[in-house]
Amino acid sequence: MKAKLDQIKERALQQIAGSDTTEKLNEIRVAILGKKGELTNVLKSMKEVPPEERPQVGQWVNETRQEIERVLEEARMKTERALRDARMKSEVIDVTLPAKKAEIGHRHPNTIALEEIERIFVGMGYEVVEGPDVETDYYNFEALNIPADHPAKDEQDTFYVTENILLRTQTSGTQVHEMEKGRLPIRMIAPGRVFRADEVDATHSPSFHQVEGLVIDKHITFADLKGTLAEFARELFGEETKVKFRPHHFPFTEPSAEMDVSCFKCGGKGCRFCKGSGWIEILGCGMVHPHVLEMSGIDPDAYTGFAFGVGLERIALLKYEIDDMRLLYENDIRFLKQF
Amino acid sequence: MNTALSWIKAYVPDLDCTDQEYCDAMTLSGTKVEGYERLDKNLEKIVVGQVLSIDKHPDADKLIVCQVDIGGETIQIVTGAPNVMLGNKVPVVLDGGKVAGGHDGGPLPENGIRIKAGKLRGVASNGMMCSIEELGSNRDMYPEAPEEGIYIFPDDTPVGADAVEILGLRDTVFEYEITSNRVDCYSVLGIAREAAATFRKPFCPPAEKVCGNEEDAHDYVQVEVRDTDLCTRYCARVVKNIRIAPSPEWMQRRLAASGIRPINNLVDITNYVMEEYGQPMHAYDLNTVAGRKIIVRRAKDGDVFQTLDGQVRKMDKDVLMICDAEKEIGIAGIMGGENSKITNDVHTVLFEAATFNGPNIRKSAKRLGLRTDASGIFEKGLDPANAEAAIHRACQLIEELGCGEVVGGMVDVKKPLKEPRRIPFDPVRINSLLGTDVDREEMLAIFRREDLVYDEASNEIIAPSFRQDLAGYADLAEEVARFHGYDKIPTTLPNGEATTGKLSYKLRIEQKARDIAEYCGFSQGMCYSFESPKVFDKLLLPKDDVLRRTVTISNPLGEDFSIMRTLPINGMLTSLATNYNRRNKNVKLYELGNIYLPKALPLTELPEERMQFTLGFYGEGDFFTLKGVAEEFFDSVGMRKRAVYDPNAGKPFLHPGRQALIRYENATVGYLGEVHPDVLDQYEIGTKAYVAVLDMPAIMPFTTFDRKYTGIVRFPAVSRDISMVVPKDILVGQIEKMIEQRGGKLLESYALFDIYEGSQIKPGYKSVAYSITFRAQDRTLEESDVSAAMKKILNGLQQMGIELRQ
Repeated sequence: MKAKLDQIKERALQQIAGSDTTEKLNEIRVAILGKKGELTNVLKSMKEVPPEERPQVGQWVNETRQEIERVLEEARMKTERALRDARMKSEVIDVTLPAKKAEIGHRHPNTIALEEIERIFVGMGYEVVEGPDVETDYYNFEALNIPADHPAKDEQDTFYVTENILLRTQTSGTQVHEMEKGRLPIRMIAPGRVFRADEVDATHSPSFHQVEGLVIDKHITFADLKGTLAEFARELFGEETKVKFRPHHFPFTEPSAEMDVSCFKCGGKGCRFCKGSGWIEILGCGMVHPHVLEMSGIDPDAYTGFAFGVGLERIALLKYEIDDMRLLYENDIRFLKQF
Repeated sequence: MNTALSWIKAYVPDLDCTDQEYCDAMTLSGTKVEGYERLDKNLEKIVVGQVLSIDKHPDADKLIVCQVDIGGETIQIVTGAPNVMLGNKVPVVLDGGKVAGGHDGGPLPENGIRIKAGKLRGVASNGMMCSIEELGSNRDMYPEAPEEGIYIFPDDTPVGADAVEILGLRDTVFEYEITSNRVDCYSVLGIAREAAATFRKPFCPPAEKVCGNEEDAHDYVQVEVRDTDLCTRYCARVVKNIRIAPSPEWMQRRLAASGIRPINNLVDITNYVMEEYGQPMHAYDLNTVAGRKIIVRRAKDGDVFQTLDGQVRKMDKDVLMICDAEKEIGIAGIMGGENSKITNDVHTVLFEAATFNGPNIRKSAKRLGLRTDASGIFEKGLDPANAEAAIHRACQLIEELGCGEVVGGMVDVKKPLKEPRRIPFDPVRINSLLGTDVDREEMLAIFRREDLVYDEASNEIIAPSFRQDLAGYADLAEEVARFHGYDKIPTTLPNGEATTGKLSYKLRIEQKARDIAEYCGFSQGMCYSFESPKVFDKLLLPKDDVLRRTVTISNPLGEDFSIMRTLPINGMLTSLATNYNRRNKNVKLYELGNIYLPKALPLTELPEERMQFTLGFYGEGDFFTLKGVAEEFFDSVGMRKRAVYDPNAGKPFLHPGRQALIRYENATVGYLGEVHPDVLDQYEIGTKAYVAVLDMPAIMPFTTFDRKYTGIVRFPAVSRDISMVVPKDILVGQIEKMIEQRGGKLLESYALFDIYEGSQIKPGYKSVAYSITFRAQDRTLEESDVSAAMKKILNGLQQMGIELRQ
């Protein structure tokens, strides 16, 4: 009996060694260990074995079975490993083939610039608010110290709807709306669309965007204005950016200034970008005129404040080196996709 | 305003700085320099030479060979210039020198033209004689220069001297941008005063002298101002025995540098004073002034008047006229009349220096379409005190230049001049506004340099009449700031009560809209808010459509920009059309922009501005692509209920069978659809396009950023698939509504997985298949639970006339 079992085992091991596919291994398993397999047959013939030998024979059968199973399992794993290796070898891809992108859309450069600006001021505790595009003469002019007959009214080439209703020429009117709410202190920026009767060309558009800023509190100084806007410029154009304040005139601020930043292209040495001056004009600003405070119901003896206005398109054109303003309103997808 | 630096230096003699230093310092003190140009740019090695001999060129008929003394040395020059005579003194550029341009007076090359010794037709030429054009100027500025040929100096010019210097070209012209509040700086004296204060040098204005003979101007002319609201002052002086001649070179040069062509002494003096004092003047031939009387009054509607440019213009009752006893002779502050024009035969001149109501001049000039140099200055509102100073200065120059005999006295009609403004001087408050610590004495020193007077007794600053811009403490603070130096003011950050930085809720929702649109592949466009009224026809809107009621701009750039848009479709389709026309493929755009809906017409109050989230595309995708974006957006802003799509949207610009209103909790929140083929034709879009418009104000009330976790149910779900044969006119939306109503508490979800119309289905029907999923929160479902729920649904189907497919 033992000899027979050894024979089965020997033959099985030989067959296993000679098999290189899982199918063949399965066949061997069925042929030897299956319901009608050789070893199963041996078990079936146990009744012919004398009872006292049965435990011994049973043990032999089990040992033989375990051995064959172990070798079979080893062989199966080896074969599967070989198969998987072979498959992976055949699955080599050209990783330089083009990517499959979920085509994500692109933000308008104006919005990218605006969100940058919002991020900076929100971080400094400013609230972002809005005012109407179609505005009354009072909010666009009069409450900003630009009374009837003021030359600034002509300078800005206003679009009128009626004598009293117009398309706002500046976002500065939102200053007044905000001050009239009577909630102090104020730290706000107000982005928005503005309109001026300029013909369309590479540097002009009858409709563009500004971001207005306003801070009203006790003891606000021109030094605070300088510090805040210098911080803004560094955040927007880089840590190395220097700022320069030049006196200017706006009817609703006094003193007033224009702020230049050191050219972020050449670092201030002078290049084509900054027309050789090393500086680029960025925004207008100033201390809120006492009369403007007064008109909006704020006591100019108790409160002071500063205001500023940034041209959004100007920032976008400069920052992203866009050479023609018309591109911003054409919506050519090849343009938009670059942002 | 353009002015030669030499003219400024005439009044600030100690000014000593480079052009760049001047530019920087003036800009930083508030007189912004736009740019400057050296008049001797590219002029090198140019001296005065004298022609000693002229010989014919042996080999060229049109050339001559000259021996020219250039001061201790004689050089040979070959020239083709026709006007050179023996003994002439001429500008000569030497070997290796440079001139600014060619003799044809064309555009000047950036780097000039280098002149080198060489041979002309075989004869050596060691330099070049120059025309005024080659020196970078022209005959407008140097009227004495010949029309063609070499510039000839006066005989007393020293040979060998610097020709550029003698021509007055060793100078720099600065261009300033003057802010509208500083009327006084539209003058050489105003800028010089600023320069003196900026550089802390003495300001030395011309010594003014009131001259005139024993006679009295009142005996020559009478002045009557009838409309005193429009004419604040009228000064008149008389000059007789006029001798017209060229003005002296120094005056011509200064005017030329300012861009004013010298003409003759009389005209030049008025222009000179206009530049110097910022006060336009007018000269009349007194013999043409009827009745020797000046009347200042409004014109009458419909009057016609011929201005001295020969044009006949129509007046109205708001135009101020200068008249004599019989007729109009000039439009006040704008332009004189043809009928009183000065000729070279003039004998007696009436000088006028007046100040008018600035806004009236501005409006009149605009209405007449006649903006002149004078009106541009008058409209700023001039200082009446300056008018008197200017007219005396003009008479002084008349006398100095021997241009005529000044009659004594001045006819002066004026409203009482305003009392000078007095501003309390509060250095503490000034410092606390600026955030500075400027010494009181430094402040007073600054004011003194600007000719502001400090009244110690009352502790007030008295603003001189030319500083109409100074009114309160903040104005004084600006004076301190700009002369102390904006750059010297410290930089600090505001302290005080902390505030919360945030976006308004509306802006946060809009930001979400942008995010979702972009995740879905749409790029952001921006369109104008105004458009043409013709777009309504392009969009097939009926004549009486409410959207044709627009906010209309009364002074638009043109019809194409004349109405505020009432729907965002035109902007989107125009953008898609631009892309289509440029052969861009698969274009997906979105826009967030306002529409403007009038509450009543004509407009009595501000229109309603409604933010629209508009999506549009052509290329890959269809109606349901847009529907998907809309639903992604709703989901992202917390709108978790089911939006309902009503096919009866009634949008004429959309395909009648492919459009829907989007309704959410019974509110219309937008619409979407395929663009009507006729509209596509209008926009020349040769492919299907789709648009969706989400009305943000309607959406806002349903939005929220609140989220609540509802748990993940552990019990298994059971799904049933049903396949139906549905009459074609039943929308799947109706089936879904029924499933929702009848599915009961156990219904978890349902999903359409097949829809088919075709040969296997009987005509008038479509095959629709749904997978319906049930789940209980608290137990494993029994078969009987599911069967009961399904039975209700199947009954519902039956009631709708829907059969189950076998």
